Amino acid sequence: MSLLEFVPDWLKIHGPAFLMALPLIMAAITAILPNKRVAWASTFIVTAILTVTAFTIALYNAEVGTTIYNMGGWAPPHGISLVIDALNAPVIVLIALMSFITVIYALPATVAEIKPNKRAPFYAAFLLCTAGLLGMTVTGDAFNVFVFLEVSSISTYVLVAMGAARDRRALSAAYNYLILGSIGATFFVIGIGFLYMETGTLNMADMARILADLDGGSRVAKVAFGFIVIGLGLKLAMFPLHTWLPGAYAYSPTPVAAFLASTATKAALYLLLRFTFFVFDPSYAYVADVLMYILVGLGVVGMIFASLQAIFQTDVRRMLAYSSVAQVGYMLLGIGIATTASVAAGYLHLLNHAIIKAGLFLALGAMWYRFGITRAEDFRGLGKTMPLTMGAFTVSGLSLIGVPFTAGFVSKVNLAFAAWDAGWIWAVAIIMITSILALIYIGRLLLSAYFGAPPEVNGTVVARNEAPLAMLLPMWALALASVIVGVESDTLVGAATRAAELLLGAG
Amino acid sequence: MSDLFSQYNYIIVIILMMTGLYIVFASRNLIKKLAGLSVFQTSVFLLYITIAKVSGGQPPILLEDKGYGTDKDGHALLEGTIQTAAGGGSYILPGPGSDVLYSNPLPHVLILTAIVVGVATLSIGLALTVRIREVYHTIEEDEIEAADFVYNLEGTAD
Amino acid sequence: MTDPETTPVADKFGNDPHVLLRVIAKFLIPLIALFAFYVQFHGDYGPGGGFQAGVILAASVILYALIFGLAEAKKAFPPRLIRYGMTLGVILYGGTGILNFILGGEFLNYSNLGKDAVAGQHYGILAVELGVLTTVTTVMIAIFYAFGSRQPETSAEDW
Repeated sequence: MSLLEFVPDWLKIHGPAFLMALPLIMAAITAILPNKRVAWASTFIVTAILTVTAFTIALYNAEVGTTIYNMGGWAPPHGISLVIDALNAPVIVLIALMSFITVIYALPATVAEIKPNKRAPFYAAFLLCTAGLLGMTVTGDAFNVFVFLEVSSISTYVLVAMGAARDRRALSAAYNYLILGSIGATFFVIGIGFLYMETGTLNMADMARILADLDGGSRVAKVAFGFIVIGLGLKLAMFPLHTWLPGAYAYSPTPVAAFLASTATKAALYLLLRFTFFVFDPSYAYVADVLMYILVGLGVVGMIFASLQAIFQTDVRRMLAYSSVAQVGYMLLGIGIATTASVAAGYLHLLNHAIIKAGLFLALGAMWYRFGITRAEDFRGLGKTMPLTMGAFTVSGLSLIGVPFTAGFVSKVNLAFAAWDAGWIWAVAIIMITSILALIYIGRLLLSAYFGAPPEVNGTVVARNEAPLAMLLPMWALALASVIVGVESDTLVGAATRAAELLLGAG
Repeated sequence: MSDLFSQYNYIIVIILMMTGLYIVFASRNLIKKLAGLSVFQTSVFLLYITIAKVSGGQPPILLEDKGYGTDKDGHALLEGTIQTAAGGGSYILPGPGSDVLYSNPLPHVLILTAIVVGVATLSIGLALTVRIREVYHTIEEDEIEAADFVYNLEGTAD
Repeated sequence: MTDPETTPVADKFGNDPHVLLRVIAKFLIPLIALFAFYVQFHGDYGPGGGFQAGVILAASVILYALIFGLAEAKKAFPPRLIRYGMTLGVILYGGTGILNFILGGEFLNYSNLGKDAVAGQHYGILAVELGVLTTVTTVMIAIFYAFGSRQPETSAEDW
């Protein structure tokens, strides 16, 4: 692509290490900055640089193919290598872009939600979380995955707890998330330990080769796979392991909720894809069993139960959180069917759902910013009181339901066709049913916002009071993105298909 | 049965792991949950470190070359496995053909990292517990849930 | 409940109840710090390294704070310096990585730091271990200060 000519060569080659190292170093500097505006500015600049680097790497990868970068000059398997291929390039772009959009939104949001002397450490923790997520996605070494998984998780616990200035339940939510998240990460590292025992190496490509030579490995590899699936399942909120998610999304500060909803579970899902299809192979009997019974089973159960629970919530943020659990079920269904088309559909839904959910959380946060709205009954008349914000919420909400010409429709249609082609007709029925459930819980909000009368204070109707520009721009950017993806979906569908072909081979 | 006893390290790891998990799930006190989490993480450290031990192996510290010298034909006895270090002095490297058997140092390095992660998690957990104590005036989980339940019923602060 | 920062060190008769602890601590604390540096520099060729040395060095400061009072420790190791130390350590480590990248070669490839690869690796490891020592020491001391400075709300009899 001609855009790549403007980028210096060193950025194309050393980009992956840059993605890992820059936010880490700048986080340490941001934490001690005395001025809050300077802290925001440094975070803004860092995330802008990260977005540019991520796009560069993705374009370079589309041009050149899989690149391997050896940290410290040590060749794998002795050294840690950073691998950029079709599977993680879109996720890297997603994480960097979401961090940039959220930082723009955070300028007014942190003024309302976080105490002044805590704002610089907030941005530092935010940069650490970004560093952890990017590092997790970029690396090709299994233990390095654990290290960055924990870096991002620990900074997430801190970020969620910072919502305590607004709502004290954030503290117990953060503690609960800490306990469950640490158990999940420890299960993951037990799995890595067993894999190391079986293969003698920590490099993921090398592990894949050795396991293929051993034809699936002995019972040690089976145990390793079980621990890894459960550990990652806890991080990506697979159905019975999702109990930390509603609290963490509902009570954390709004920029944090939007950022987590769009990146944390998605990065864990990318890791599940990497381990299930790249390190292990679905041709091994135990992997196929887990895919069919556990991932599909728990995914479907999660889709139905979480959508039902979402309908009964009064707090809109908890409703969106349960909706996230349901959408993760869609992705797990796509992965579990294990054909190229279905994995591509699941991957596409990963990217689309990030855009949709972040847009919904940002719009909701703007409503809290102006009017203190968190409950569903407060949505009455919001179409007249905050038309632009409600407009963004509507577009993202319709995309969540799966209305044609939106991103959600594209991914649900792809998933339904892939399930139909694989002969899983009942899965198509489940997808329809859960879309109807989503229509119920989003639809009632839209109905009360547009057809309800605005509330009255002392006899006068509440005046129209729109969110600040720094909040409107990101939420409308995401809403327009889901429409654009819905109309012209070839780029993302192509990226998802390339990722699935890397994992499963064409066809 | 003797197979089971010769792998006693795994038995100890499993016992510690299950004990730690049980403490996390069954405790009502927040600090006891964190203690259980630490026990659970310690069992994982043991798992990694015990598999690093090679029977008959030295600790993984490079041994000085005390002059294995050459045999009667003039060939060095440890060909290709002696290296001159930056400060002078030669060390016997591990690997096939080496005269010395070393235990595996890689899991030790991995566990150093995991210990640091555990320390960071524990310190944040304790800091959260201190804050919860200040806000809720209790660190028993059932009392906190009861306070949150009442809070939920009343709705958010209006 | 006695406030940790302003505890009087002698009762009204002038007898110091902690004289044994103080004498032994005065003897031990420098030895602990020395041991920390021993562990730090022997990390190259033996067990040890930045993290262990950092924790031991922080333990010596914490022992000082426990015996002589938090206020004395804060005079000797001011909290502002501790906060800057955390950042300094990260900058040392990250800066070494970026320096390697500027001198040619990948991020954290120490080979170009010295006149040949082996010397370069030596200097690189020393630099990053120093960064790790600084960060770990200051973080441990900062955690201790944060927990120790909280004013307790209940009196000693209520515990």
